Amino acid sequence: MRGFTRLRRVGLPYLLLLPALLLELLVHLVPMVIGIVMSFKELTQLHIAHWGAAPWKALGNYRVTVDFDAPVGATLLHSFVVTCAFSLLTVGLCWLLGTAAAIFLQENFRGRGLLRAVFLTPYALPVYAAVITWAFLFQRDNGLVNHVLHDQLQLTGDRPFWLLGDNSFLALLVVSVWKTWPFAFLVVMAALQSIPKDLYEAAALDGAGIVRQIRRITLPSLRPINQVLLLVLFLWSFNDFNTPYVLFGKAAPEAADLLSIHIYQSSFVTWNFGTGSAMSVLLLLFLLVVTAGYLLATSRGRKSDG
Amino acid sequence: MRILRAATVTATVTALAVVAAGCGGGTSFDDGGSDDSPGTLTYWASNQGPNVEADKKILGPELRKFERQTGIKVKLEVIPWPELLNRILAATTSGQGPDVLNIGNTWSASLQATGALLPWDRKNLDAIGGRDRFLAPALEATGAAGKDPAAVPLYSLAYALYYNKRMFQEAGISKPPATWDELVADGKRISKDGKWGLGAEGGQLTNNIHQAFALGKQHGADFFDRTGKPTFTSDGAVAAVKQYIDFMAKDKIIAPGNAEYGQNQSLRDFATGRTAMVLWQAAATTFAADGMKPGDWGVAPVPVPSGTPGTGRQINSMLAGINIAVFKNTRNLQGARKFVKFMTSDTEQRLLNKTYGSIPPVKAAQQDPAFNRKDTRVLRETLIRSAAPLPQIAEESQFETSVGTAVKDLFADAAAGHPVTTASVKARLAKAQQQMAQ
Repeated sequence: MRGFTRLRRVGLPYLLLLPALLLELLVHLVPMVIGIVMSFKELTQLHIAHWGAAPWKALGNYRVTVDFDAPVGATLLHSFVVTCAFSLLTVGLCWLLGTAAAIFLQENFRGRGLLRAVFLTPYALPVYAAVITWAFLFQRDNGLVNHVLHDQLQLTGDRPFWLLGDNSFLALLVVSVWKTWPFAFLVVMAALQSIPKDLYEAAALDGAGIVRQIRRITLPSLRPINQVLLLVLFLWSFNDFNTPYVLFGKAAPEAADLLSIHIYQSSFVTWNFGTGSAMSVLLLLFLLVVTAGYLLATSRGRKSDG
Repeated sequence: MRILRAATVTATVTALAVVAAGCGGGTSFDDGGSDDSPGTLTYWASNQGPNVEADKKILGPELRKFERQTGIKVKLEVIPWPELLNRILAATTSGQGPDVLNIGNTWSASLQATGALLPWDRKNLDAIGGRDRFLAPALEATGAAGKDPAAVPLYSLAYALYYNKRMFQEAGISKPPATWDELVADGKRISKDGKWGLGAEGGQLTNNIHQAFALGKQHGADFFDRTGKPTFTSDGAVAAVKQYIDFMAKDKIIAPGNAEYGQNQSLRDFATGRTAMVLWQAAATTFAADGMKPGDWGVAPVPVPSGTPGTGRQINSMLAGINIAVFKNTRNLQGARKFVKFMTSDTEQRLLNKTYGSIPPVKAAQQDPAFNRKDTRVLRETLIRSAAPLPQIAEESQFETSVGTAVKDLFADAAAGHPVTTASVKARLAKAQQQMAQ
């Protein structure tokens, strides 16, 4: 009897966790394992109907993927560089904008609520609708962007293209920052609420100005939140699929060829799921390394602070 | 982790489907069709009308007619074009597809290679009235040569040259161009004061391919050799693509802004009198929707070098259209065949093609006067005389993407004022070809 009670005490939590565990297995782990298996197979249209029986290709898919002298590898490497630049810029700009706006909105003034609501709109809009609107704004001949820059302000000599050529990187960055920064704003704003007001009062009494207060009190207090925020923003923008897909369609211009689109094209448009899976696995490994390295570095920093 | 999820989405579907169906690794396709559920059919229709709702309205009464005749209820789903191929792919991997479906006819050989579609062997074709009922060129776009068709032609289309009569008159041009030289000359006379000679959809990969393919034929290039190897950098292919891009880069009869068009904006430009010509498949209904009267525009065959469309180097259109196919693992093979027979019957062919502005691939149905109006006559004659199917090879969809993207990039170069030379065209096509060979 006592044995049974003990069994129940020890076993019950596991029993309760079981459904979640099963779901997690089914929804995340199984597909991940299948994805990894796929990356070792030759999965073109000739084999997808019987993909379980598709011929093994050993490391063939990986070899093609990382052969940077051949077109598949070369474009992947290019896409990787573009994605890194895009993500770092997006994260940096989103963080700057979000933090500045959050600090600015700490003061109580008229219209603060309205401004907060306005700042959060991009976050609340359906991504597809928002990005397609941007695509219209960026049109060369009828878009608002050129209407303002060229027709009204006459800043450009000729109407530039925004969705073709090198400018497309800029267009993508603008839309991405516009869409993502409200999240940074929201998180930082929430974090600011938790900093005790008396810290600022004490600092003010000691004669610290606003800049000094931000540097000495606000930023250090935000640190734990920022560490998570920056990581999440980075992972999001690194994996962003919707923005480039809606903005450019299946074939993004070279300058804005993000990895997500690139992998999508490799697997779903050119029907080579094996190569696409290999690229996904490499990307996953890269992000795991980056995340682990980042977490390690930041936690070490925290310890030495403490 | 969104990417990983995207890459494994098919895997999930498959895994779940395998569990649900209680069978291993997609073996279901080996069984062929059966007749376990003779009472119902599911039908995936491609979006042919102005929108999905319109298609439901058009097809609904016909499906009820079919139900009255056979007692088989058809569950209809209309699928927009951007989604259709991915949906078919997912259905193929999971084995959980519809019984009957529409496919773009250029995908025939690609989908045939998956082994998921019912082959239309002699017996199956005889069940719907036999091979001879169909237009021979349309049958060519139903799968690889020498194999049983993977689908049956349903709606056929071809390209024609649409021109704005008033703009032609104002420029003092009395008849539509028959050769490319005439087209360029006419275009140059029109292209001024914000008006342009020709429209293009530089960002639409499939349209790019269609134009490059027809021009390629005229330069004696096929984009693939007899063994199915890509030959994108052959002199003919390079010359064809360069000729198309040069309408913008050198001749300057296409507005640079067209380089980023991908949502049929060129048709709107045509309807609003900003562009005098477009090369399009059955554009009449779109022009009407944009406020043009039938008398405002004329239709002529797409130009050819000699002025007389025909075979070989006088091909002036890809053979466009929709095929109807049956999923091999259907649980209602009899019903599916009956439904295909119904949809390809003379009556339905006349009715549906008339509504959609396409041409019936069923010869008997073409006799209807609706297919002898000036615009439909041009399309019909092109189909019979001077249209050729895109290469019917398993890698067709890769071809569309890789060469379509190369043309898009070249248009972007031309629009930005970068020089477009034989060498630069060849380089882009070489890259596309290398991507095919991965």
